[in-house]
Amino acid sequence: MRRAVNSVLLITLITGLSFSYISIAEQQPVRKWKPIKDDGIHDPASSAIGVLQNPAEALSVLPPDTAGNQVNWVKALRDGHIKPRTHLNKQGKLERLDTDIIMEDTLEMPNVLFPHRAHTEWMDCASCHDHIFKSKAGATPVSMFDILQGKYCGRCHGAVSFPLTECDRCHSVGKKRKASK
Amino acid sequence: MFRSSLGKISGFVVFLVLCSSVAYGEYGDVVLNKRSEAEGVRPVVFPHWFHRIRFRCKVCHTELGFEMRAGANDVTMQQIINGEFCGACHNGVIAWPTENCELCHSGKPGTKSGIYGGHETLGPGKW
Repeated sequence: MRRAVNSVLLITLITGLSFSYISIAEQQPVRKWKPIKDDGIHDPASSAIGVLQNPAEALSVLPPDTAGNQVNWVKALRDGHIKPRTHLNKQGKLERLDTDIIMEDTLEMPNVLFPHRAHTEWMDCASCHDHIFKSKAGATPVSMFDILQGKYCGRCHGAVSFPLTECDRCHSVGKKRKASK
Repeated sequence: MFRSSLGKISGFVVFLVLCSSVAYGEYGDVVLNKRSEAEGVRPVVFPHWFHRIRFRCKVCHTELGFEMRAGANDVTMQQIINGEFCGACHNGVIAWPTENCELCHSGKPGTKSGIYGGHETLGPGKW
């Protein structure tokens, strides 16, 4: 009799544990991408459906992120998951720069750290200078209002690179830290 | 009782219909429809995610001269056929040639030009 009770208790315990394990597993962020036939901007009647690659096929194998394309593009590039060309017809040199810019006029928010490195791995100096940002640090009147309207950082962030909901990725350093170089 | 639940159900159905008509797209998708539909073809859908796996931003935005602003590039099909802009790759050598109209002109009719893909935000100027 006691043995039977013990078995029932054991089974109950195992079942309970497996259920709690399942619920923990479900809390892990699951990345999902809409197939292009259902994405609302492709015409499901187009003959391109079935030919064009679906985002999930290409993006699910890249390092994860929680926003935007749900891909950590900087990591994907640095770790060699992707090898995008530097030039149209050749693999040429990049205009790399590894200086950090600290923006201090951020009111109650932490200061902004702008890493040149992550940006010059994808772009040229001329992509931003001097038509979006002046080369002299602090000479450009950047404001969050303008960024939200698509100016300055908002040219790319909020459109293609990680979105503007990710405040702490830019506002990432304490008020005392100065630029590295 | 029956009436109020009917009202709720119909409200929910309207909500579902509204949701289903919202354009999503993948984050960074650009719809180009300045001329497409006026010329009798579907709008173009340009997926940034697909292209940035293969090319750094600078290739199209520096070498090919695409402005980093949806709608700022006044590109005609003739220029593309002549090898400018998209035509630098979409020439049958690097990527599919311009004869494959439907592969680029694959957008849902009536979709306006602009950046799509509201996974977290609707992008510049949409706030």
